[in-house]
Amino acid sequence: MGFEKFLFYVFAAITLIAAGMVITRRNPVHAVLYLVLAFISSAALWILLEAEFLGIVLILVYVGAVMVLFLFVVMMLDVDIATLRAGFIRYLPIGALIAVVLALEIFLIVGPANFGLQQFPSPVPAGPDVSNTEELGLLLYTLYVYPFEIAAVILLVAIVAAIRLTLRRRPDTKYMDPAKQVRVKKGPDRIRIVKMPSESAAVPAVAASAATQESTE
Amino acid sequence: MIELWNALPVVIQILIKIIAIVLPLLGMVAYYTLAERKVIGYIQVRIGPNRVGWRGSLQPIADAVKLMMKEIVIPTKADKVLFLLAPMIAIAPALAAWAVFPFDEGLVLADINAGLLYLLALTSLGVYGIIIAGWASNSKYALLGAMRSAAQIVAYEIAMGFALVGVLVAAGSLNLGAIVAAQEGNLLTWFWLPLLPLFGVYLISGIAETNRAPFDVAEGESEIVAGFHVEYSGMAFAVFFLAEYANMILISALSALLFMGGWLSPFPQAWVEGIAILGDGFHWLLLKTFFFMFVFLWLRATFPRYRYDQIMRLGWKVFIPITIVWILVVALAVLAELPPWWSA
Repeated sequence: MGFEKFLFYVFAAITLIAAGMVITRRNPVHAVLYLVLAFISSAALWILLEAEFLGIVLILVYVGAVMVLFLFVVMMLDVDIATLRAGFIRYLPIGALIAVVLALEIFLIVGPANFGLQQFPSPVPAGPDVSNTEELGLLLYTLYVYPFEIAAVILLVAIVAAIRLTLRRRPDTKYMDPAKQVRVKKGPDRIRIVKMPSESAAVPAVAASAATQESTE
Repeated sequence: MIELWNALPVVIQILIKIIAIVLPLLGMVAYYTLAERKVIGYIQVRIGPNRVGWRGSLQPIADAVKLMMKEIVIPTKADKVLFLLAPMIAIAPALAAWAVFPFDEGLVLADINAGLLYLLALTSLGVYGIIIAGWASNSKYALLGAMRSAAQIVAYEIAMGFALVGVLVAAGSLNLGAIVAAQEGNLLTWFWLPLLPLFGVYLISGIAETNRAPFDVAEGESEIVAGFHVEYSGMAFAVFFLAEYANMILISALSALLFMGGWLSPFPQAWVEGIAILGDGFHWLLLKTFFFMFVFLWLRATFPRYRYDQIMRLGWKVFIPITIVWILVVALAVLAELPPWWSA
């Protein structure tokens, strides 16, 4: 237990420090990279909880895809730090108030009253033969199949909405139709073969030597 | 000898195993660069490097020494910490992925249940090295290369992931050893045949993921000089190079493992009675891996660089639909217990 506990505290500390850095770093790229670090160490925490599927999927989906796109956008931004700092003192009281209220709410719900050891005794560690992925899949596709499918449909709606919002027809831009490009044959579409009689005898000597020079170049 | 091994602490045992995997891998990377120059040389009717050592056989060592001697230049206004961190971030996942890779039956550093998922997660992290390098260099060419690479890798990762979903549906397991065991039989029971479209998608996506020609727009020397590593020199550049080649070897080895039966022998069991070399073994895995590594070089010498919009089209509009349809086909075939692959 000792080593596991030590690992827990190490990863928990990294998660907290990284999360703190996310909101205190001025440089948005650094903030995003700290967020990545926070994700990775929370994935490690999940793996410590024997939820290896969730832990790896967190890295695969959030770190490997979502945060890459996030970085993509953030790197394009031209952030003016002076304007960002401008209203800091003015907004501090109301920001602090909201933070305190939020923290209080979270504490009331996630506090020891609801999630203490009395309500949730620490589970017996499963053996190495238990496949976390399989268990999760069985639950997800039997007991929770409707919530799961509904969540998928909601995501699909979000995709369609995002595409619809950003889709615009621009008739003035010229673009290629790849299907047409793929269909092109080299025969009649690209080159035309012209049959003509040989002209070598009729060509004057000077022109002929110029032609050979050209061809050797 | 075995008593001595067992007497060692577990941490030391694991460390020795890691060294036993990483050192040959780095040696392979070094000689893969030589193989690349030689193979492409012969394809283009040249000889390739032939000055250092016998027929150029010491060329990689000369290159390594040269790169180590060179100065690492850090551009002005570059983000120093991230600039030096980027090559390490690039190579770490390329090496860590080998932790779950089985080299023979039971011969694996960490035999975890979710091995395939772990590999997919780690290969998706490699892009951070490229993006961070591009941004930290404070150079527009590097940034453009990083942007191209990010969009490309996100696109092809989805196709690659779906191709692997097909593999795990066919094998019924995420464990790499179990995936090879599910292909047991002969040449025709390996997964390349029932999963042929996924095999093609996986291999091409693998080439795109490693930023190799014809998908190397992240480097694109004719347009953006050298892409994300334009500002790097000396060892910092060499580490990017190592990461790229280690990733190529990983993709080749994975193709061999997931679709070509890994260490399984292509001959039926009855033919090879008594001839050990023709039976299952690590040498088959090595041979198959070498074949795919050769394919990487072959493609680079054969095809011109893809245009960027065509790369995007291929990833999103061709590969993803193909994989989705074929996952459905495979799932139905597994349900129908289609012989010879899934007959119980």
